[in-house]
Amino acid sequence: MDIRTKALTKSLWVFHMSVGSCNNCDIEILDCFTPRHDLERFGIQLIGSIRHADILLITGAMNKKSAPIMKKIYAQAPKPIYVVAFGICACSQHMFRDSYNVTEPLDKILPVDLYIPGCPPKPEAVISGIMQLVNKIRTLDKKPKTL
Amino acid sequence: MKSVFYLLIFPGFLFSVSIGLLAGWLDRKLTARLQWRVGPPWYQNFMDVLKLFGKETIVPQGPKWLFLFSPYLALVSAILVATSLGRSIISPLDSFTGDLIVFIYLLAMPAIATIIGASSSRNPLASVGASREMKLILAYELPLIISIIVVILKCRGALQIGQIIQYQMSFGSIIFTFSGALAFLVALFCIQAKLGIGLFDIAEADQEIMGGTLIEYSGLPLALFKLTKAIMLYILPLFIIVLFLGRDLSPLSLIIKYLIILLVIILIKNTNPRLRIDQALKFFWRVPTILAGIALLLSLFGL
Repeated sequence: MDIRTKALTKSLWVFHMSVGSCNNCDIEILDCFTPRHDLERFGIQLIGSIRHADILLITGAMNKKSAPIMKKIYAQAPKPIYVVAFGICACSQHMFRDSYNVTEPLDKILPVDLYIPGCPPKPEAVISGIMQLVNKIRTLDKKPKTL
Repeated sequence: MKSVFYLLIFPGFLFSVSIGLLAGWLDRKLTARLQWRVGPPWYQNFMDVLKLFGKETIVPQGPKWLFLFSPYLALVSAILVATSLGRSIISPLDSFTGDLIVFIYLLAMPAIATIIGASSSRNPLASVGASREMKLILAYELPLIISIIVVILKCRGALQIGQIIQYQMSFGSIIFTFSGALAFLVALFCIQAKLGIGLFDIAEADQEIMGGTLIEYSGLPLALFKLTKAIMLYILPLFIIVLFLGRDLSPLSLIIKYLIILLVIILIKNTNPRLRIDQALKFFWRVPTILAGIALLLSLFGL
């Protein structure tokens, strides 16, 4: 494994964006940084600016107002950036699927790397998801980079 | 050849960056333990910087050259201070007369470089951060310089770090006089403002203005700013150790003094919330400036 991938997986900085959630997922993200589940021991930090981010964490079902803003935020991020759909609304729109102002599902618009379902996901689910993402980044790195 | 080695390896870049990143880890780990968390492993800050080297660098519209130049300005001035301070501890009379004044200027350069970089990024939050950094410089520079003048007066007008160390070696540390103790207290607050941590994390304020001055930086320039922060965390406590506690500068006592000062800074950081910029300005222009003035008067009377 090359040193850049190793460093990347050891220090994932998370930019958290709500595109129309009920705030329950947002509270659960903060729960992951409390003493019981302390995500900082894996080097994960919440970051205020998208320019510093490695993970774009999206909560909520996307609506017509927030979709263009989210695209803009994704375009502003420095590559490599990984998109995480957090909560069942971001994964599959859940009960808002046929609502009048939601757009397409998230993974039709952005390349989603990880889905963490739940309403809201438990911190254990978040930690397990993060570990899956780390393994995914490491296995992707082993393959030859020919696209 | 020798000076390249000094600059890049031993008292300079590599050594000071390693010490600074480890000190930054100690800060994060102690903060985590004080909050009953586990905290990151010891190599965490090294990993952060390495990762930032591998990320894409995005340059916003505006003066591109200035935006990319300012992190180098900050880093180079920090390395210069680290190198010459380290050299004057190893061989006190190697340096030139007046290097103390050069240090004062060079230590102000990282803050000025962040102001230049933040202003050239054309981000409204970055300009808020830059204006706060500017006010903070106006606030802390005066008491810091007065407390350094106290040291100069105590050492009979010595303007060279080596002479100050030699004076303290023969007459005892400056902190053990009345004026020296007061000036040390003032300098301790001023270096916290210079480091921008804890009480004085006003310009960067992650929760409030999203990283403030650093908001538009990504990839390599951000890594350079992180390295500058690490070096500052190493040289500023070392600077006040040399000025105020310079009697015994053997490696063991240096490490112990450095760790004690670092511990005090971390504890202050963890037990106090961030000040508003007007509160910081009022604080610095009232308490430390007056204390430094009293110390100056006392030192004129030889106390």
